[in-house]
Amino acid sequence: MTTIERPATTRTTDEPVVRRARQGQPARRRWRRPSGWHLFLAPVALIFLLPFIQMFMASVSPAKELISFPPPFIPSHIDFGQIATATSPASGFIGLFSSSNIVLWLGNTTVVAIAAIGSHLVLCSLAGYGFARLKFRGRTFGFFAIVATIMIPTQLLMIPTYIMFSRIGLIDTLGAAIVPWLASAFGIFLMRQFFLSLPAELEEAAMLDGCGRWGVFFRVVLPLAKPALATLAIFTLLGSWNDLVWPLIAINNDHAFTLQLGIANFQGTRRTEWSLLMAGNVVATTPLILFFLVAQRQFIATMTFSGLKG
Amino acid sequence: MTQWALHEEGAAARAPRPARIPLRPGQKRKRRRGTLEGWSFAGPATLVVLGLSIFPAGWALLLSFQKWDGFSEAKFVGTRNYQQLATDPDLAAAIGHTIIYTIIFVPLSILTGVFLAVALNRKIRFIGLYRTAIFVPFVASAAATGILSTYLFNPQFGLVNNLLRVLGIPQQGWLENQHQAMVVIAIMSLWGQAAFTTVIYLAALQDVPSDLLEAARIDGANRWQAFWQVTWPQLAPVTVFATIWQTVEAIQLFDLVYTTTRGGPLDATKTIVYFLWEKAFTGLQFGYGSAVAYVLFAFTLLITVGVVLYARRAKIEAF
Repeated sequence: MTTIERPATTRTTDEPVVRRARQGQPARRRWRRPSGWHLFLAPVALIFLLPFIQMFMASVSPAKELISFPPPFIPSHIDFGQIATATSPASGFIGLFSSSNIVLWLGNTTVVAIAAIGSHLVLCSLAGYGFARLKFRGRTFGFFAIVATIMIPTQLLMIPTYIMFSRIGLIDTLGAAIVPWLASAFGIFLMRQFFLSLPAELEEAAMLDGCGRWGVFFRVVLPLAKPALATLAIFTLLGSWNDLVWPLIAINNDHAFTLQLGIANFQGTRRTEWSLLMAGNVVATTPLILFFLVAQRQFIATMTFSGLKG
Repeated sequence: MTQWALHEEGAAARAPRPARIPLRPGQKRKRRRGTLEGWSFAGPATLVVLGLSIFPAGWALLLSFQKWDGFSEAKFVGTRNYQQLATDPDLAAAIGHTIIYTIIFVPLSILTGVFLAVALNRKIRFIGLYRTAIFVPFVASAAATGILSTYLFNPQFGLVNNLLRVLGIPQQGWLENQHQAMVVIAIMSLWGQAAFTTVIYLAALQDVPSDLLEAARIDGANRWQAFWQVTWPQLAPVTVFATIWQTVEAIQLFDLVYTTTRGGPLDATKTIVYFLWEKAFTGLQFGYGSAVAYVLFAFTLLITVGVVLYARRAKIEAF
């Protein structure tokens, strides 16, 4: 690194270029020696993408090619698989959709995620606002208790929650996957921090104009809270979509499986049917990958905040 | 970790809140209305969060002093569950495996985060693409990662062994080898989790004052020295935080074990939480499982407090 004569940050690299441009050599401005960091970043980026590339390749490979040696990384032709026959098992996307309930699981997971996000946004923003702006008896204690629960590991709660849910008949239903995601300490904390950062003058003005607390909340505060709500929605989406351990404990009925549970179970029963497994993986992962590509900035904001919440 | 929040709480309480009409003595009804209004905002979420954490946590404590399979009558056994777990060789082994994983995973994830953040913290061509590529595995679930790992590291058909074969290196058993399985799991966790440490280091790097770096350069430090002497100490609070966070995550490892090795080969990847899950939900030992969960909780607290105290003594303002 000591031998790189040009510092790679733009702030400093730009200086000589600009100076030259002033001297009347604008043509030079276009060409910059590529940064040495490409030699590091390009292979690293490739390595990070490789598992996904392999997944997409394998999902459309002929089943036989995946268990030949050495396996071709790029399939000889695109093969969407087949339904199970007397001589060969189901494979690929066609086998996946015909021999499993994956469409149902996808629907279940979508229902869980939507219910979780909807409930999270409503309950956590209400509570966050209450704890940030209203003064009422038990406020400090209530908020302290909520923040303290962040320290409790979920493993401690699994057994009693399982017993509780089985008493009220939630086990083996989608409700078991939804209820733990109705609200979270993290969500309340996030929304409270956000509301504290808003200037109170706006709300005061609205209240002077005769707006009640609820009116202020819905008409003034909530429209300003979109960035925080987006962060919360992504946090909830990631958590509820990818959750495995809790559905694994609470749901044993194939019809109430979530997508993650479905493919994890698949892996136990169809250990060597790789094209089928990979097709299932594509179905389970692609929605979030697409979502990430569309809303990358919000995803990063979510990661940063969950890092800073401490 | 809660300390910071409490601090904020104090600041919030002191902040002027003129929107609220100040109470004169005797205005009890108004105060009651205020309390009602406050809880109508905060109540539902508070009920859900506390009902699904404090209440079960208390119940788990009770359970840990009982012997119960979920069907027959629960029996109070005092501290016998705790005595049993103190001498349980399977639990000791599970703790050992968890420690091995933690020792591999936590430093790797910190180092990866720092290096990737430094590499990504510049405006060069394609930087957006590089960031996307490194961050996108963050959305992969444990189930998906598990299936990918078993294929990539498959001893017969896997890409990794195929690569070794091309390079002329002997092929490995990976997830089927009891000494390598945990390493593979750590690598695949890192694949999914690197984005997290990278993102928080990236955010912290933006806050490193550039005049400090410039001063160091003027004083003759090369880039390498400038990084370790100036930037790295500035990142210390983030490092403390990330270490705690990743350690707590690491000692709670379950998902990826379940979706790759299910504790094998020869129990080499059976972690504390896997052990707990097995005892509670396949062995139906709810009491014993709860006791193990409490020991895990104690462990988590101990490590958190330990690192925070260490940071205090080292004068790192992490919290």
